[in-house]
Amino acid sequence: MSVRHALLALLSEGPKYGLQLREEFEARTGEVWPLNVGQVYTTLQRLERDGLVESDDAAEDGPQKGFRITAGGEQELASWLRTPPDLSSPPRDELVIKVLVALRLPGVDVHDIVQAHRRYLVELMQQWTRIKQDAADHDLGLPLAVDAELFRLDSVIRWLDAADGYLNRAATWPPAAAPAASSLPKLRRRAGVRR
Amino acid sequence: MTTLELRGVSKVYGEGPTAVHALRGIDLSVQAGALVAVMGPSGSGKSTLLTIAGSLEDPTDGEVLVGGTTLSNMSRNAKARLRRRSIGYVFQDYNLLAGLTAAENVALPLELDGIGARKARAAGMAALEELGLADRASRFPDELSGGERQRVAIARAVVGERRLLLADEPSGALDSANGDAVMRLMRTACQRGVAGVVVTHDAQLASWADRVVFLRDGRVADQTAPPPGPESLLAPSTGQGQ
Repeated sequence: MSVRHALLALLSEGPKYGLQLREEFEARTGEVWPLNVGQVYTTLQRLERDGLVESDDAAEDGPQKGFRITAGGEQELASWLRTPPDLSSPPRDELVIKVLVALRLPGVDVHDIVQAHRRYLVELMQQWTRIKQDAADHDLGLPLAVDAELFRLDSVIRWLDAADGYLNRAATWPPAAAPAASSLPKLRRRAGVRR
Repeated sequence: MTTLELRGVSKVYGEGPTAVHALRGIDLSVQAGALVAVMGPSGSGKSTLLTIAGSLEDPTDGEVLVGGTTLSNMSRNAKARLRRRSIGYVFQDYNLLAGLTAAENVALPLELDGIGARKARAAGMAALEELGLADRASRFPDELSGGERQRVAIARAVVGERRLLLADEPSGALDSANGDAVMRLMRTACQRGVAGVVVTHDAQLASWADRVVFLRDGRVADQTAPPPGPESLLAPSTGQGQ
């Protein structure tokens, strides 16, 4: 998530102090993504260096120093909002790697490994759902941020369910039909790894 | 207080080499006020577990106790009475009667149990009001949205003095917001002292439960630990957020 653009979005509503920006950022994201004050000021300094925000020249660095967005900042924010994030290369997912490794290790029950992760993910989802349940009358930010996390965790569980299904079917394949150990397809990977 | 208890429950369909073992020695207990989700892939036995828990089917082996009473010792009539009075069912396809209004559908189990029409309707209206459906009471099922139909089905399942609420994929055909609304109602019913069991393959649905039991090949393969409080996720600022 881009703290830089989130701060620009808050400043597009009007001039604000650093501490105020941190409080508003956390309130609008339902406090799901905590932010420390040092990170706010470092980001503001970089935004100022890049000409995207301006500060009160007279004030000392600190909680009383105000910031406002520039025309360049408004343009940068509008452009960021309309540009989809790069999701084209598969992330290097530790769970996927674990299951792929387990498939080739003798004496390892992959179903057990899949289930251990499924249980952990469902337990996490139970905690997020409690937060959503208790936040019925909260600002929209919290339920939306929680839903994003619930859908992400759910997609991992669906992949585990699919992996379980593949493993069950593979167990009943005739040996001749089983793929050779070296036949894992190579996924096209662009430069850089998405996390 | 334990409302539902399954002790070593097994179910076999057919005989000999073609026999299908749907459940194998299931132990499960659900306390009053608790909502338990049963997850598992197709064919894992979760729907069989629900029909046996609801006395719609008998186990091949083992015992089912509802409110401390062993079902195998009960006559057919006593079981039917238990189903009418103490157990509520919620199905994926709602199972509302098309020719009855929402209020009439909700009151029907009470009327079938011999309660006078006026008293049954009053209890039905109270259940609809609790679920925010009072203004839909005189609508027929085909005049309601999918989410509203399922909420009416939940009202019917909890009307009167029900102690056990059993649901099979209750939000399977609904979108995410309506699915959440249905599960929120199930939790509310449980918080009033009903014991709930929901079977599903959907983790988002299951995550509303206090406990999730995982079935595999007719056995309980695993279950979740009691979840810690939300403070473990909503940590104070750590400086790591980005």
